[in-house]
Amino acid sequence: MNEVVRLRPPRNRVERRAVTYWLTNELATVAVPAVVLAVLALLIGPARPWLLLAMGIVLAVGVPYGIAVPFWRYRVHRWEVTEDAVYTRSGWLWQEWRIAPMSRIQTVDTARGPLEQLFRLSSVTVTTASAAGPLKIQGLDHELAAELVERLTETTRSNRGDAT
Amino acid sequence: MTPPVPHSEPPRSQPHPRGTAPVPSPATTSRKSGEAGRWEQLDRHTVWASAITVAGFGAGVAVPFVAGFVRGGTSPVPVLLISGGGVVLLTVLATVADWMRWRHTRYRITDERVELRYAWVLHTLRSIPRDRVRTVDLVANPLLRMFGLTKVKIGTGQQVTGQQSHLTLDPVRRARAEELRRVLLERAPAAGETTEPDTGPALATLDWSWIRYAPIGVTTPILGTAAFGAVMQVSDWIGVQNSVIQYVGDLFANTSIVVLVLVLVAIGVLIGVVGSLGLFVEMWWRYRLTRENGTLLVRRGLFTTRSLSLEQRRLRGVDVFEPLGARLVGAARVDVVATGLKVRSDKDNTDPKTLMPAAPIALARRVAVDVLRADPLAGVDIRPHPTAARNRRIAWALYAALGIAAVLAVLGLLLTTVLLHLAWIAALVLTPVAIALALDDYRNLGHGLSGDYLVTRYGAGSRHTVALLRGGIIGWNVRRSPFQRRSGLVTIAATTAANDGRFFVRDVGEQEGLRLAEEAVPGLLTPFLEPVTPARP
Repeated sequence: MNEVVRLRPPRNRVERRAVTYWLTNELATVAVPAVVLAVLALLIGPARPWLLLAMGIVLAVGVPYGIAVPFWRYRVHRWEVTEDAVYTRSGWLWQEWRIAPMSRIQTVDTARGPLEQLFRLSSVTVTTASAAGPLKIQGLDHELAAELVERLTETTRSNRGDAT
Repeated sequence: MTPPVPHSEPPRSQPHPRGTAPVPSPATTSRKSGEAGRWEQLDRHTVWASAITVAGFGAGVAVPFVAGFVRGGTSPVPVLLISGGGVVLLTVLATVADWMRWRHTRYRITDERVELRYAWVLHTLRSIPRDRVRTVDLVANPLLRMFGLTKVKIGTGQQVTGQQSHLTLDPVRRARAEELRRVLLERAPAAGETTEPDTGPALATLDWSWIRYAPIGVTTPILGTAAFGAVMQVSDWIGVQNSVIQYVGDLFANTSIVVLVLVLVAIGVLIGVVGSLGLFVEMWWRYRLTRENGTLLVRRGLFTTRSLSLEQRRLRGVDVFEPLGARLVGAARVDVVATGLKVRSDKDNTDPKTLMPAAPIALARRVAVDVLRADPLAGVDIRPHPTAARNRRIAWALYAALGIAAVLAVLGLLLTTVLLHLAWIAALVLTPVAIALALDDYRNLGHGLSGDYLVTRYGAGSRHTVALLRGGIIGWNVRRSPFQRRSGLVTIAATTAANDGRFFVRDVGEQEGLRLAEEAVPGLLTPFLEPVTPARP
């Protein structure tokens, strides 16, 4: 009983493609302000050094972040669905484990942004009656996500009630 | 997950003769809830109430303007005519608008649903399944009370802030409102009931000695500051702000700035104290906490009367809250932990979750016990958290205090030496305060299990002691920052449908926290735990 325990990682990793998706996403987020600053630097002569400096900072911070975080995230992000509960781990530096019992699940949604569609990925969001507890599984293959949603909906349909 | 609203077109024309208020005789609707299907109108006196409200509001705005113009040298007659005309026009418009709203609004209670529809130009139908109704709250401002009316807010207690989560009947007659509440909350209304609900013995009633805790709350500084703000604002409207400042300056021309500040602070405190006493009286007048048929009822209010209901089934625990001032003199407030509290009552800016104002803590605890019908706080072993949690807090305190001092110092170096002095004063004053708060925060941290409840205590200065029903825990969020990882701490949140959705056990030792979660909701966490490989010595 008094042995030392810890939360074990959930069984399933997310899709490997998710790394590419996150990379694209992060680098695009960095690229937009960098390009804007570069264009401004071209157009506005007097402020050029400052704008270039700002662009340099954006790139110096953003690019390593954008490259490192997706791989790190891939190592952390995991999910698992058992008979009784949904279990996720997410984050990178700050990590969070979330558990929701099957009997308390209220809705199961999938979402696919344009970029996610390009990589055939979906994210699944599982909500309970708590205002603070949605479980989000990012970077699933979209067929797997659809399957998962169907399975969860099936399971949760059988236990009706308020789930509060 | 409300079923879709049926698209049955409600009857368009009503049999009611024009102008007569179709107040249903209570007997017809209460005997059988299945009397149903009959569309009823709101009370027509609402039109008068809105007319008076708008006229009063208009006059309130107009007076400073008129005063401003007249002072500015404009002849008073045209100003009076224009602003008077404006007020009349506004009142007429608002009255007509409210009359239209009244004319085209109907509500009905059927066997399955409560429905409110508005059918003119923009058609809306709000519909709530009756078995989802969790709250029926009655709020009446002085004007409504003058006409014997009250607003009725019917809510599902659904956390999702969907459109269908509540509807407001604005207004109906008081007796009808009481009857609606009984019918809707009871589900099976007993035959031959009188309109006066049978009140059980009160769990708590107002003790006027509690008023002594009112001035030591947050309202005193807020009201005190607001008073000065109001003076400046209004004088600005009238255009006499400069002369007000001039006047105050002249008044204290011969005294030092220190005296001036002290006098102003004293006036502010005085206004704050009087204001908070007044607020207490207005909010808690005739306060009475009762339980009727499994529903907790809070009735209170001097001018605006409120009658708030909370179904026992929605109760997930209590929060015995000691605000800083009250805590210093051994008092506490009782807040409720219940599902569906997120949606605030319309136009009622007092917290609906407060079951009882600050009172001596022993009494607050007794009421908490009566409310829960259990006593999780007595004899619970509230366990402290590891000292690493204390070190984190002290570090935060130092960063915050020294950070402020550093910013002041840098600005001082760049701008003026006054700020440099402020910097060392800030460091000297803020550091001990911050450390004291950090230590208090750590001392308050604690958790425990007591019967059916998970108890968590937290807060710096003010202190919350929350007893959360274990059956109401609908999941766990376990969070760990890099710093927590190094010191073996985690922050565990028990998610729940009540209040803000989760309650934290912050900075608890990892083992202790996981064991707590495992024990609190048996079986949920267990499959996801693994023994740590005994590689470490």
